Amino acid sequence: MNAYPQVLFKNRRPGETVLLPEYEKSGGYQGLRKALKMSPGEVCALVKDSGLRGRGGAGFPTGIKWSFFPSSQPGDKYLVCNGDEMEPGTYKDRQLLLADPHQLLEGMAIAAYALQAPVGYIFLRYAYEDCSLRVERAVKEAIAAGYLGKNILGSGFDVELHVHRSAGRYILGEETSLLNGLEGGRPNPRSKPPFPAQRGLFGRPTNVNNVETLATVPHILAHGKVWFHNLALNPESAGTKLFGLSGHLNKPECFELPLGVTLREVVDEFGGGVRGGKKFKACLPGGASTPYLAAEHLDLMMDFDPLEEVDSRLGTAGVTVFDEDTCMVAVTRNLNQFFARESCGWCTPCRDGLATISWLLDRIEFGRGTEDDLTMLKDQVRNIKGRSFCALAEGAMGPVEALLRLFEDEIKDHIRKGCCPFKQ
Amino acid sequence: MARGVKKLKVMTELLPQEQVDSFKAKAAVIAHPHELIVDLLRAIQSHHDWVPDDGVLLTAETLGVLPIEVEEVATFYDKIFRRAVGRRVIHVCDSICCWSIGAEMITEHLQKSLGIKLGETTADGVFTLLPTCCLGACGEAPAMMIGLTI
Repeated sequence: MNAYPQVLFKNRRPGETVLLPEYEKSGGYQGLRKALKMSPGEVCALVKDSGLRGRGGAGFPTGIKWSFFPSSQPGDKYLVCNGDEMEPGTYKDRQLLLADPHQLLEGMAIAAYALQAPVGYIFLRYAYEDCSLRVERAVKEAIAAGYLGKNILGSGFDVELHVHRSAGRYILGEETSLLNGLEGGRPNPRSKPPFPAQRGLFGRPTNVNNVETLATVPHILAHGKVWFHNLALNPESAGTKLFGLSGHLNKPECFELPLGVTLREVVDEFGGGVRGGKKFKACLPGGASTPYLAAEHLDLMMDFDPLEEVDSRLGTAGVTVFDEDTCMVAVTRNLNQFFARESCGWCTPCRDGLATISWLLDRIEFGRGTEDDLTMLKDQVRNIKGRSFCALAEGAMGPVEALLRLFEDEIKDHIRKGCCPFKQ
Repeated sequence: MARGVKKLKVMTELLPQEQVDSFKAKAAVIAHPHELIVDLLRAIQSHHDWVPDDGVLLTAETLGVLPIEVEEVATFYDKIFRRAVGRRVIHVCDSICCWSIGAEMITEHLQKSLGIKLGETTADGVFTLLPTCCLGACGEAPAMMIGLTI
């Protein structure tokens, strides 16, 4: 049983989606009402003071991002919700949108007001048709009730939301690539600067936030920053986080847990332990681009800063667990194949470097690897890191580096034995 | 004249006239008609199963943009099919969570029972089998998507 306070998942019931009347009954749209009585600057300040950090993977403080936004600049300004969620192991936004989609709309209305960006786009990935339908229904309900559309709740402020259904490719989750996708151009990423806050969608100031981040905002408005801060177990952090568990667990489900919960508790209490009574070997703590954690990390707090201290990242908190019989070379090979395939081909380190790493990991996994391949693997990592155009290849290096750091013996074992030791 | 009639017939096979008109009307009133390219390509695909060259031309003509601008978008996305596919496309996830829990066996089984390899279409034109990256159903792994249903 999950005894921790439920915020985003408080109305969640399996197989059901919360409609507007139930959402209102549970306190829905009270955050928006409060926000509209404050000045836009006060709303931004509250979000900044709450300590909310972006839930889409990078963990950038949301209020600081908002404070960069030129909200007083005249002309078109846009708000974009990033619902691409294509990083393997990440499925929390889908769970949130299937359960209670009005939270996102309320969060977007508040953000639109705070940033004075009245036009918003909700970008949803191809596979999430189920979410798109529910979000569209919720938008209709919210317009009919006066929470969206013209003159929301009599405030004189308009909010116009559009749903964009994408057509595949992981790179669209990169914010500038996503903006190109929304514009209907070829979605290669753009160079930064200029950042979207200066020149984003259609060349205008644009703020991009993740689904879970925006859905958290109404609760901060309704209950305040102290309440939000106290939700986390880590006194230096704030809020709850959706953890999507997967891999070799007895209960690979999605849970809302406080930031700062230990990895051991996540795996044993919520994931029901490693399946088949096997031992925990490693996990991806937050999606395919986050460096592995091993058994020695089980007592760490699952939170942004504590994981960075051990050269990993919380990412999206999609925790994929591997048992003791898993070959980490094979895992890394699978992850790297994903990144190599999803590379948009724009820059050489990513397009050619990831393919080379795939080739090297193939050789090692299938017993054709040599010491030279290991040297070349390290070389590739060094030359890709910091040299790619966007964050895709940088992220792809996360698991490869962790493989070299935590499981180099396993690579050497492959080379020495001339085969995968786990397939013997 | 005869050519014009033939052209119209081909176009309505791609997308019903009322949908074409509705896209045209939308494109006329918005500032950036390019933003409808993906929507229109998806509409054609949902009607015609895939997007042939004429679909690219129809999109360009309807929105008043260049065919190359449509093509560079269409060829970028893996879920826009520029080659013929079966009436039902089966996407099998091969990313990490599904892989860790036996997706390779599912792919193997599907290939055997359909008598095709990944990337191929059954002889009766009903099923196309494709690999896909993570579908966002990691908790229910292994996952696949048939049409638009996970």
